[in-house]
Amino acid sequence: MSYVPNTARDQRLMLEAIGAPDLDSLFADIPAGVRDPELDLPPALSEMDVVDHLQDLANRNRDLTQQISFLGGGWYDHYVPAFVDQLLLRSEYYTAYTPYQPEVSQGTLQTIYEFQSFICDLTGLDVANASMYDGGSALAEAMALALNVTRRSRVLVADTVDPNYRRIAETYLEPLDASCEVVRNWNLAAGGALGEDMRPFTVAIDETTACVVIQRPNFFGWLEDVGEVVAAAHAAGALVIVVADPVTLGVLRPPGEICADIAVGELRHLAGPPSFGGPGAGYFATTSEHVRRVPGRIVGRTTDGQGRPGYVLTLQTREQHIRRERASSNICTNEALIALAATIHLAGLGRNGLRHLAELSIRHAHAAIESEWPTGYAVATERPLVREFPVHCPAPAVEINAQLREQDIIGGLDLGNEWPELSDYLLCAFTEKTGPAAIAALHEALPAAAR
Amino acid sequence: MTDQPPIYELSSPGRVGVDLPALPADGRDLTDLLPADEVRTDLPLPEVSQIDVVRHYVRLSQKNFSIDTDMYPLGSCTMKYNPKVNELTGRLPGLAAVHPLQADSQVQGCLELLTRLEEMISEIAGFPAVTLQPAAGAQGEFVGMMLIRAHQLRKNAPRTKVLIPASAHGTNPATASMCGYESSAIPNGADGEIDIDAVRDAMGPDIAAVMMTVPNTLGLFESRIQEVCDLAHAAGALVYCDGANMNAMLGRVRPGDLGIDVMHLNLHKTFSTPHGGGGPGAGALCASDELAPYLPVPRVVADPAGGFARSTDFPHSIGRIQGHMGNFGNLVRAYTYIRSLGAEGLREISDIAVLNANYLRVKLRDVYDLPHDRVCMHEVVFSGRRQKAHGVRTLDIAKRLIDFGFHPPTVYFPLIVEEALMIEPTETESRETLDRFIAAMRAIAAEVETDPQRSLDAPLSTPVGRLDEATAARKPDLRYRPPE
Repeated sequence: MSYVPNTARDQRLMLEAIGAPDLDSLFADIPAGVRDPELDLPPALSEMDVVDHLQDLANRNRDLTQQISFLGGGWYDHYVPAFVDQLLLRSEYYTAYTPYQPEVSQGTLQTIYEFQSFICDLTGLDVANASMYDGGSALAEAMALALNVTRRSRVLVADTVDPNYRRIAETYLEPLDASCEVVRNWNLAAGGALGEDMRPFTVAIDETTACVVIQRPNFFGWLEDVGEVVAAAHAAGALVIVVADPVTLGVLRPPGEICADIAVGELRHLAGPPSFGGPGAGYFATTSEHVRRVPGRIVGRTTDGQGRPGYVLTLQTREQHIRRERASSNICTNEALIALAATIHLAGLGRNGLRHLAELSIRHAHAAIESEWPTGYAVATERPLVREFPVHCPAPAVEINAQLREQDIIGGLDLGNEWPELSDYLLCAFTEKTGPAAIAALHEALPAAAR
Repeated sequence: MTDQPPIYELSSPGRVGVDLPALPADGRDLTDLLPADEVRTDLPLPEVSQIDVVRHYVRLSQKNFSIDTDMYPLGSCTMKYNPKVNELTGRLPGLAAVHPLQADSQVQGCLELLTRLEEMISEIAGFPAVTLQPAAGAQGEFVGMMLIRAHQLRKNAPRTKVLIPASAHGTNPATASMCGYESSAIPNGADGEIDIDAVRDAMGPDIAAVMMTVPNTLGLFESRIQEVCDLAHAAGALVYCDGANMNAMLGRVRPGDLGIDVMHLNLHKTFSTPHGGGGPGAGALCASDELAPYLPVPRVVADPAGGFARSTDFPHSIGRIQGHMGNFGNLVRAYTYIRSLGAEGLREISDIAVLNANYLRVKLRDVYDLPHDRVCMHEVVFSGRRQKAHGVRTLDIAKRLIDFGFHPPTVYFPLIVEEALMIEPTETESRETLDRFIAAMRAIAAEVETDPQRSLDAPLSTPVGRLDEATAARKPDLRYRPPE
């Protein structure tokens, strides 16, 4: 399929206008020795054939609609209502670009302003940007801001922050002459239960610390008691960065209320299906004190010459296209369409819907916590849980997951991938999709899975 | 078009726009499940019915100009037609409803698609190694420069400076800074290409890399790029290429064959995954064998037991830059696009993109100044300085073009051209559309001489006129607050 409208006749007429004998002559600046390679690519497919081919690739996956899944780990399989994707197919949104010309981009600009407002509401902070690539890069940029503001070099990250986020941040920090230290803030009791120990974290904070990073709920699913860490960080002049899931913020105390300076997180599960991990969209919110150091695009409301309200990209002197080598980040394109999907979904949910959505996940998780687990399996912490929790298993989690897959169940995330001492632990996440029937199916399948 | 108020002003207590399953009625309150002091007391989101939400976002969409509205010749952004079939394949449940933490055995289709796409991009760009991880061109640049940094550190030969042409995108120097390098600007010569003598003079043992853009931001092919690569390599430096402009080169030259060491491609430009109003993008990164060991993890590898697997077992890797395997949804679209076109279709893209840009060049050069009047590649850069003499700036020309139904070109970039107008028509515009655009540009040029005020007042056809950006920056209103 060619998407080129100009026919051979059009091309001839245009070449004549240009005064060029042929198309080849337009490429004469390319060194002759490397010009016009033969590309060895698969042959072109018609539209029908390309759809068949992609469907064939899709058929080689076992997707989430074909099984019950308790996989989470920062990436949740929420039901996203039909109107969200229907609106996302408005090509006025998806075939536009960054709103450089505000007069013809008021749609995108206003949706970003609404997005920023929603993120401020959810996080309890003053200012949010137009989105980052994902939660992990949002965390990396938050750390860069903290290093920049404090002119310090040490970042402390709780071991209970999403391991992928930590790794992304480490990559970004590597060239910056800063150290990223992971603090173990949990322990494993003799009976196999995971406990909390924030003391090493509090003790590690000193006057070289630029920021501390915590996650709520943490990667294991519980709410850490962070009061002392936050107080110690602020007393030492360090910033507090909180990673928070936007869905559970529908019911949980917002980061702003626990005195976070920056909140970041992942929005993908509000926008659509998990899409094998991308595109996601990170949010980034902070206090007004740091507004001029925020990375990425920000939209502001203003007026035109006749006093009519309108929206523009603003505070652009922070950004790479103006500041060049003095910019704090090189980000330009972000994840506008995913942020738009999250915005539309949040607009439909509203205050009661988001609370309801969060509560479904939480109530399903708590029904599972309180249920009778098969012999050998136990919820492995006493900490206050939200929608996800570790389960201690009588056999390695990798084996249990392999057995469960035979019964079309994805048991959860094998925590041994990250923490070898937790190789007998599954991290099980709950959404509105995993209610009593799913829990019963899991319980029924687990005894055989351990054999 | 009437003003569409912020969604908050459509709120009415008790409304909800979604239909969720009922909550279990066990008589317990949320505070029976969570510590009471962890539950929020207030959530100021609006309460809006579904029909009002739908109308709100449909009406807002109607305030946008898009590729599907008309020609969008935003230079350096490659605003080409986004085939609808890509939106279909990107949404196939078998590809979209896949969790990134599922076992490799359950995601063989995804891993095969990634492998095939890496192979095709490797062939198109002429590099042995490809990562599809970067979420955007700028992240691709970051990864590319990190590879160079990692390589030079491993060889115990760290270097401190990066040479960047004055015509480069702002991301290039910003990326160099993020990677801990100082950047040093290299001027462009009178012919618009990089000043090769300046490269030679600046080259030295402290230079880590040269960051080139090919074709450059003047829309010109850097005909001495091989010489730049030779100079760099002789001095132990590497060459990064910003591949934002690959739409000019498909099937005409493979950048890897020019001696470039590492290069990113913007799949949302060249391979037509939509721009999304500002993302998501995808910034595939191509690298030489020398730099391949440093590519980010996880990577897709052939599983000895058959099929494909994800591996983090690359000890020299720069590490992780993305949560999972890149912007997979965009990669499905790019894969669909390349498979739809094949080698001949790809080459036709560049042939016609270059033809269309040169057509604009010859049809407008008598009314707009053309600083470099020579065959251009996929875009042409004019200067509005002749119009400036009548008191009309390039920004005014851009705004006036809106009244003629077109999206403005990129303006004031590259910085080395006074009053720059950077026009990239792409291959998907027909001769008739180009003729309409040419007529509009010529009409504006004529009008500037007789009635410059028209351009100064433009646009007049839009929901809002020119907005007060100074006040927006001085007194930022960045979120909705209810009226007091």
